[in-house]
Amino acid sequence: MLFKNRHVISMKDFSREEIDYVLDTAEKLEPVARGEERSRLLDGKIISLLFFEPSTRTRLSFEVATRRLGGQVLNLGSVEASSVMKGENLADTIRVISKYADLIVLRHPLDGSARMAAEFASVPVINGGDGSVHHPTQTFLDLYTIRRESHLEGLKIAMAGDLKYGRTVHSLCHALSLYGAEMTFVSPPELRMPPEIVRDLQKKKIRVKETDSLEEIIGDVEILYMTRVQRERFPDPEEYEKVKNRLRVTGELLKAADPGLKILHPLPRVNEISPEVDSTPHARYFEQAFYGVPIRMALLALAMGVIE
Amino acid sequence: MKEKRDLKIQAIENGTVIDHIKAGEALNVLRILGISSAFRATVSFVMNASGARGKKDVVKIEGKELSVKELNRIALISPKATINIIRDFEVVQKNNVVLPSYVEGVVRCTNSNCISNSSEPIKSKFSVLQSEEEGVSLHCLYCEHVISEEIAENLL
Ligand SMILES: [Zn+2]
Repeated sequence: MLFKNRHVISMKDFSREEIDYVLDTAEKLEPVARGEERSRLLDGKIISLLFFEPSTRTRLSFEVATRRLGGQVLNLGSVEASSVMKGENLADTIRVISKYADLIVLRHPLDGSARMAAEFASVPVINGGDGSVHHPTQTFLDLYTIRRESHLEGLKIAMAGDLKYGRTVHSLCHALSLYGAEMTFVSPPELRMPPEIVRDLQKKKIRVKETDSLEEIIGDVEILYMTRVQRERFPDPEEYEKVKNRLRVTGELLKAADPGLKILHPLPRVNEISPEVDSTPHARYFEQAFYGVPIRMALLALAMGVIE
Repeated sequence: MKEKRDLKIQAIENGTVIDHIKAGEALNVLRILGISSAFRATVSFVMNASGARGKKDVVKIEGKELSVKELNRIALISPKATINIIRDFEVVQKNNVVLPSYVEGVVRCTNSNCISNSSEPIKSKFSVLQSEEEGVSLHCLYCEHVISEEIAENLL
């Protein structure tokens, strides 16, 4: 499979075979990610982390992935602080950084910025999140977590929380549809999954169910993917308070769950998962955060062509 | 009756006649073709002319044959338009417009947070799809936003 010099912009650019290949590669690299084995795969390579908005988690994860593979990070920090690029357009910045680094990881607030960067770059670009549309490395790590902790084929999954604005769940829905999942969407009416996404899934013969109650579905799913509901989404603070408590995973709720249920969350959480859940075998969100490292290692190594 | 219509839409010697434009869309056709005051050929147009199939607009461009690729953009707003290439007062070629599969720099993305609406040195890019239920829709190649009803309003 040819990944060399390929950009990683949107999940929609990847076929199921290609996704499987990335996940397989991540699995092979997991001992390196855990520090149990050493690797010099990216020896002599420079990865530029170009972050136009703060996202410490994503940046750290790329940084660890690069270092674990023996590569070096050119960390441009927050871009406001960088006089190199003051007032310069993104296209020029990308052209300049292409001359310094072997690969660019871009995080930018405008939608479609990574796609544009790929047009101007002479090195591979990995999208570390652009605007509200894409965050493919997050989706890859979600898929990897599901595969490692459960299974992908014919999965019964519930996604809960802010399904209207949550880009991670939109992209995850698309990817899981390639594996024939059964999906349940749990959200307050204000934050339901966009109807065009539901229609699109139904067209692909995916079984979709919508509800606003976790109690109703908890006994019938293998993965519960929780997301954060932001207070700002509710004009009425009282409405937020109601929702906040309705969509909350507690020890009590989990009494009705399947013993094999795994709970994921892209983190950070606010209060949608109560701390008592952390010590149960259901909680896999911290492991999920770790899985970002082998996934980003795999994407870096494949895009650089050091693994083929 | 025939004479009256000829007065409105005079014959041209060489050039392009775009006929059967959806009534009221002639100005948008000019915009799609990038025809402004800097355009050197003579352009004339008639709006709300009576045609065999009801009201229509007609645009004539004298002394210039536009490419089929350019003209096909008109299908975005007027799928029934026809293109007549005229040489020596004769129609030498008559085509229906065909919806292009891709357009660049023609329509503005309606997502205000899209990179194509920033000051970057790029043009908007859309893939064009047509479905029976939803008609023509444009899919932004940068932000994946979909424009379906507001195409004419967002011409660049
Ligand atoms: Zn756009």
